Order: sequence, then structure tokens, then C-alpha cells
Amino acid sequence: MMNATQSALEADMALRFEAEALLFREAELLDAWQLDEWRELLTQDASYYVPPNDKPFGDHANTLFIVADDHVRLKERIIRLKDPACHSEFPPSRTRRIISNVRVSSGDAECDYTVRANFTIYRNRRGSDIRIFTGEYINKVKRVNGAMKIHERRAVLDAEELGAMGSVSFIL
Amino acid sequence: MKAQFIFEERENDRFLVDRAAFFSDDVLKREFERIFHTCWIYVGHASEIRNLGDFQTRNVAGYPILFARGSDGEIRAMINVCPHRGAIVCREREGNARSFHCMYHGWAFNNDGTLRGVPGQEAYGPKFDKARYALTQPPRLESYRDFYFLNFDRNAVDLHSYLAGAKDYIDLILDQSPSGQMEIISGKQEYDIKANWKLLVENSVDDYHILITHKTWINYMANSGVNMSRKPGEMLPKIGKGVELGNGHLTTDNPNYRGRPVAAWISVYGEEAKEDIANIRAELASRLGEARAERVANTNRNLVIFPNLVINDGSSVTVRNFTPVTPSLMKVTSWALGPVEETADQRARRLHAFLTFYGPGGFATPDDIAALESAQQGYSAYRMAPFNDISRGMHKPMAGQFDTDEGHIRVFWRRWREIMEAE
Repeated sequence: MMNATQSALEADMALRFEAEALLFREAELLDAWQLDEWRELLTQDASYYVPPNDKPFGDHANTLFIVADDHVRLKERIIRLKDPACHSEFPPSRTRRIISNVRVSSGDAECDYTVRANFTIYRNRRGSDIRIFTGEYINKVKRVNGAMKIHERRAVLDAEELGAMGSVSFIL
Repeated sequence: MKAQFIFEERENDRFLVDRAAFFSDDVLKREFERIFHTCWIYVGHASEIRNLGDFQTRNVAGYPILFARGSDGEIRAMINVCPHRGAIVCREREGNARSFHCMYHGWAFNNDGTLRGVPGQEAYGPKFDKARYALTQPPRLESYRDFYFLNFDRNAVDLHSYLAGAKDYIDLILDQSPSGQMEIISGKQEYDIKANWKLLVENSVDDYHILITHKTWINYMANSGVNMSRKPGEMLPKIGKGVELGNGHLTTDNPNYRGRPVAAWISVYGEEAKEDIANIRAELASRLGEARAERVANTNRNLVIFPNLVINDGSSVTVRNFTPVTPSLMKVTSWALGPVEETADQRARRLHAFLTFYGPGGFATPDDIAALESAQQGYSAYRMAPFNDISRGMHKPMAGQFDTDEGHIRVFWRRWREIMEAE
């Protein structure tokens, strides 16, 4: 018979496996520019933030962010990114996301879990050098009809300035 | 170096800029000598160092600068380099300090730049004079309404005279605040553009490109219920002016169509913001009178302070400063500026509005960056394709220049020519 420690461990593993599957699926869809399918992994009222490099733990209500999309603007961002007139991403960049160090902890009043993960994203464009974005996702995750969905998606960059990354023209 | 870069063919209404001005090392060297060492260069805003001992470190015209308010209350710009062996003295981005300590040999400086102490000072003998070893200060530091500029030329004209007509537009922006005071909001956007710095001057005030480059932003506004319709043949929903302000400064001056957090509501702000914005508008009218209130609330301007400061007062207010590193690389810093007395809701709305258009993650700026980098790449074809064309509106006098013309961009280039092509 399984002891209590083992069963807790298995529950943790199952939770992390589920969170990883979500993040890996997300990375796959974003790299494939399947943005509508990607949006389905988020809650209806999801928000998306990229804090400024000098205030990585700032609050978008009183700090100038790089990206601070509520669900309305996130919808518009997807419309923009799919439009050939989105010149900074046309033709779309080739990106490759490496997601690791996934950690699941209990949530707060707004969510069921906080899921943190490290990311490295390589962005390749014709006529441009490879731009590398590293940082940490701090995502608030909710269970909707049994499935994990991202309610708040926060990509915190490691770099002291955006610098050679230039712009955040695709979804981090 | 070439003797001439600007070719103004008045008989043909043509204004051409030699593309070598954008990639030549000699040109950049001369720009540093003649422009960045003689013009007033933006350092920072008093609100960034509000308390005694507050400091910011930043790159100003290629110099590491320590912008600090001393314990004596005075604001200084100091070369952030140790007089002993040249190491960077303060290596933190910002903070509050009574003194700064060089990490190399431990020389310590008071926050007014004077030398406080030297480890093992006796080894220098009795003639060692601490007064000789203060942090170097650029010869001039002056301010206009909390915007601080330095000048490396001791004999430069004073800042207020230099700013000329730009002062009126700074005043107009600051009229958003009941007390006439605005502050830099927390959070910097610092990004590189792989393009010549002058391309960002042009781009910041170029209203001809908006319809094309920013089509997706226009869609975003239209999808949000903002009226983006245009008259046939016009490049924007409303057409404004390009204005010359003296000493190479220039601005656009446009009737608003895009929504302004100060007092022009658009649906993007939400129904709940309507009443608050109406109240802001009423305060403007009671304080400034209706005509001035309408100017503040319902006109936009993108202001260039020659050479490398831009204040955009449109979807929000941004202070944007940029410095060339090489002919084909600039470093940009953007801040948001807001009235000091804004409520938390108003501040959040201002920041939300900022990101509708501006910044490296906004709905417009990334496409500007792409356009500038594309142009810089295009200059590799220089031998066969040597000129940029800045001729729009050349057949009309300056007073008749629209913001979608290029008369105000020619203002920049004429000033640039005057400085760069002088004997």
C-alpha cells in the first residue's frame, strides 16, 4: 500500500505534468503562430503582461510596462499579429521557445495555481541577427471545466534593458 | 568627409539628403563634436530625483552621467567616472545615497561630487589637494520647467534662449496639470534601434507614414469604436500643421482624433472613465479658459528639441531620448510623463493609453523600429541609390505645411546642415 508521502509526491508530479503540458502546448502553438488556438489556452478574461526591465516586479497600474494587455487588447493584439500589415512581424519571425524549471504552487484569491517556468526564446528573422529573450513566466492558472487555463500571463525578462532585443513585437 | 549632404533644389521643389549622412563614421564623429558638444542635451527630469540624495545614472551623449540631487538640495550632472583611474563610480541604476564609492581603489565622493576620502591618503604626501579630485561636471546644466539639459560648451547660449519657440509647446503640455507640474512615471523602456539616430528624429514627427506603417494601430482604434474615417486623398482622419520653432526645434500641431487621457475620451478607456474625463475637461476650462482648454485637451503634438529629445503628446505623453552608439545603432529611452496630482485611476488610464500606440510592445512603435532598420539596411545600396527625398510640401511656404508634409522635417535638416557644413 502506498504511504502518504508517496501519494503526495504523485499528486505533485501529476500537477506539474499537467502544468508542463499546458506550457509546452502553449510554446508549440506560439512558435507555429497558431494564435487563435493559443488563445483557447487562456481564460476568457485573461491578461498578459511584460513588465519593464528596470521594474520587473512593478504594477502596471502605476508603472510603465512594455506590454499590459487586458483581454480586450489581447484580442486586438492577435488581430494585429495575424495582419500582413503588422510590419515588424511580417513575414512572421521564426521563434523557438525552450521552457523549463516548471514550478507549481498554490494560487491566491484570483487563481487556483501559480505556475512559474523559465524561458529562452530565440527569434530569427531574415536580414536580422538572432535575438534571444530569457526570463521567467509567472502565470496565474485557473481550472475551467476541469482543465488548466492561464488567467494571467506574465513574462518577466532577465535583461537590465530591452537593448538588443529591440522590441517585443511577437508574443513572449 | 564630404562637404555637402543636403541638396535643396528650390527650382524643382526637391530636398535631398545624401544617405552617407546615415552611415558614415566621419559624419557621426563630426556630429559628436559639433552637435552633441555644443547643443543642449537632455539629461533628466527633476521628478526622477525628488529627494535629497536621490540619483540616476545614465548615458548622455555617450558620457556616463550621474544625475543627482545633493544633500544641499542642488541638482547636478556629474561625469560618473573616477578622477583617479577612470572606473565608473556609481554602478547602480538609481537610488539614494549620501556618498558614492569607487569599487576600484575605494575613493569616496559626497553626493555633491566633492572628494570625501581616499584610502591611504598619506602616501600622496602633504601636497595632496582633495579639491582637485571632485567628480567632473559638464560646464553647464540648466533647466526649463523641471527638464534638465547639459551643455559641454561653456560659451553656449542659455537654455531658455536655446529652446526658443519649443518653450510654448512644453508649456502647453504642462498645462495638463492643475499645478503645472508633471512627473516621470516609474518604468523605463530602454531599447536599441539598429538605425541612425536621425531616422528617429524624422520618424517621430513624420505623419505621412502613419496610415501605412501603422495600419494595424488604425484597425485597433477603429475596432474599438474610434472614428478613423478620412476625407478622400487625405492621409489621416484630421490634418494638422508642421511648425518651425527656431534653433532646429520643430513640432507637429494636430487636431485630435485618437483619444487623449488628459481630456478626450475614446471607447478604449471604458464607459466608467467618461465622467472623470469630463471633470478633467471642466477643470481645464475653468483654469485656462475655453480656447486654451481645447488646445490642451484636444490637440496633439510631437515635439523635437534639437537634437535628440522628443516629447510626444498624443495617445499619452512620452519623453523619448536617444543617443547614437555607431552610425547604424542608437539607444533609446522612453518614459511616460503624467500630472503630479493624477488619481490612481487616471494614472492607470494614462499608462493603458500609452501602450495603445507607444513603446517596444505597443501597437505602433515596433513597426516604426522595423521601418527604420529597413531604411538603414537600404543604405547599403548607396552607390546606386544615394539620396533620401524630403520634398513633400516643398511648393508651399512653411506657414502652409501640413503635418503630413515634410516642411518640419526639413527644419531639422537645415539646422543640421548649418552646424555640420559650417567651415
